[in-house]
Amino acid sequence: MSMYAVFAATGLVFLVTLAMVLVRAFLGPTVWDRILATNAVGTKTVIFVAILGFIMKRPEFLDISLLYAVLNFVATIAILKIVEYKRIG
Amino acid sequence: MDWKDIVSTVFLAAGCVVAFTGALGILRMPDFYTRLHPAGKNDSFAQFLIMIGLLFQAFRPEFREIVGVAPRLILITLFIYLTSPIATHAITRAAYLDGLKVWRKEGSDGV
Repeated sequence: MSMYAVFAATGLVFLVTLAMVLVRAFLGPTVWDRILATNAVGTKTVIFVAILGFIMKRPEFLDISLLYAVLNFVATIAILKIVEYKRIG
Repeated sequence: MDWKDIVSTVFLAAGCVVAFTGALGILRMPDFYTRLHPAGKNDSFAQFLIMIGLLFQAFRPEFREIVGVAPRLILITLFIYLTSPIATHAITRAAYLDGLKVWRKEGSDGV
């Protein structure tokens, strides 16, 4: 068994977990649940992009992964500010 | 498979288990404050395990000419370990200040 099968299995598991967390984001019931689920989706996407880079034999994908981690944090804080204070600033 | 592949497989499998239980917790827990527990902890720990697993693969011959695979993996791990608790804390604080009630089990006196 090659290592790429292990990467592919890990990627598949992460797709399943992404779907599960997305269900929570759609169901709600409060806005905080949705923000929390969105944050979890972002973290799982970071990992999935890193694994995808290893599957496609191009670990340069890690730059995209790092960028996504930064974006995810800023997006969560920005959404929270909008929900709490009705403005960004 | 040499020893690096085996260690890497073990770490990746452990990361998958932690991530899956975390997602299950987010899906199944009864209210927002209990959902914070799988969301806040399992996410960053699964990410740590997966990144350690990938770190053992960063020195494969086909990735040898690409500079800086291992440092980037460590950088992503450190960054998520810094930001994930801050994001979770910010969400919790916002929800608490907004007056979200803590869930009680049906028939419990709330102690």
